[in-house]
Amino acid sequence: MKNTLSLTVNGITRDDVVPDNMLLVDYLREKVGLTGTKIGCDGGECGACTVLIDGRPRHACLTLAATCQNAKVETVDGLSRDGRLTAIQRGFNEKLGAQCGFCTPGMIMASEALLRRNPDPSEADIRDALAGNICRCTGYVKIIEAVQFAARELAA
Amino acid sequence: MEHLPEMHLQHPATVEEAVKLHAAAPASRYLAGGSDLLVNIRRGIERPDSLVYLNGIAELHTITDGLEQISIGGAVTLRELAESQLLRKPFSAVAQAAGKVAGPSHREYGTLGGNLCLDTRCVFYNQSEWWRAANNYCLKYRGDICHVAPGGKKCFAAFSGDVAPALLLFDAEVELAGPDGRRRIALAALYRNDGMDHLTMTRGELLVAVHVPKIPAPVRTGYAKSRVRGSIDFPLAGVAVRLGLQDEKIADLRIGLTGVSPLPFLVRGLDKFVGRKPDDACLEELREVVRGQAKAMKTTLTPPHYRRRVAGALAQKLAESIF
Repeated sequence: MKNTLSLTVNGITRDDVVPDNMLLVDYLREKVGLTGTKIGCDGGECGACTVLIDGRPRHACLTLAATCQNAKVETVDGLSRDGRLTAIQRGFNEKLGAQCGFCTPGMIMASEALLRRNPDPSEADIRDALAGNICRCTGYVKIIEAVQFAARELAA
Repeated sequence: MEHLPEMHLQHPATVEEAVKLHAAAPASRYLAGGSDLLVNIRRGIERPDSLVYLNGIAELHTITDGLEQISIGGAVTLRELAESQLLRKPFSAVAQAAGKVAGPSHREYGTLGGNLCLDTRCVFYNQSEWWRAANNYCLKYRGDICHVAPGGKKCFAAFSGDVAPALLLFDAEVELAGPDGRRRIALAALYRNDGMDHLTMTRGELLVAVHVPKIPAPVRTGYAKSRVRGSIDFPLAGVAVRLGLQDEKIADLRIGLTGVSPLPFLVRGLDKFVGRKPDDACLEELREVVRGQAKAMKTTLTPPHYRRRVAGALAQKLAESIF
């Protein structure tokens, strides 16, 4: 079965005909052409596919696109404006929070969700918020520094 | 992982409509968060032709503070449950258990109903199609041998939901809706000791709400679990403890276990601790009672003897730290 899906992706309203069994991550990457959202474990274990749905972090690989009717979906592709990076993106850049970079889109979206509801997180808050995102390169120290950098930038 | 098969997604607005839509297709499944169901479909261990999506049903999203009970809708998310102001003392164990399910993003969409009706899990079952095929499948799905206990005809896949043992501490009841209307049963009666068919719900029934009776006694409760990845994982063993003291002696003691058998259950034979001081000797004895009833089988890569020991140790620690 196919139905029309109406939603906003990174602030742009879209209507697309999608099959009922299409995953949100496939919709975003293949239909919308936004390849920032990554497919890692493909089963909700690594967090690389984390996007925001109505401001809350969610795995795009475990979400049917057709359940996002009228939702506001945000991906890493939509964060920067006119070439200017957001605080959390600058944090990952300045603090070398990315090595191979594959987990980074998910890390950034999970951090973005955290900073929106808690602009001044403790290290424990950051570790809790990123508990579902795996990074095999950094050892997480640089990622936590990146989020702390962003929090300081937001406060300044 | 495999692609999702062709499925028809239905969007009911009421519980009654959902039940009707479920009955209309031969292999329907209810879908709420989907964090487990979609994985299982992609692994080929569930093959529905129709998914009845529950998140559009307002009734399932409410938490109500009644005179005698707290009622929680089946599609309330685990994050909402963990943060709910209604689930403070003495219901802390429920909020703690919800807050320890998987990782933070899962809890944003994983639901109470999904956690209570979670399929049982086993290292020989929760695998890809080719993995299971190479192993001649197993008793729980398509095969005729249990790799955990090859001689037997019983499936030992473990129930791994975190919230159920915490709710068992309070004699919670579940409200089910099905083709024959609604009914209310004790949460304990929702489960049976069979890894292949651990839920007593009849076909087409869905979990509408959980009712938790308020308790007057000044008891304290808590939940702890052991897992491979400390930040996100199913329990190797999960323990919920309810403890009430009077004149520094144990007046009320219940312990719920999960992850160690095909169903969550309350530990039996705790009456003998009532009236005793919770000193070291008492709590060590308690640890041994819990360990004796946590009969974990080889359903995870972590060996069963560790899961039995850790269940006892968690119960001892919780009982120590709760007051």
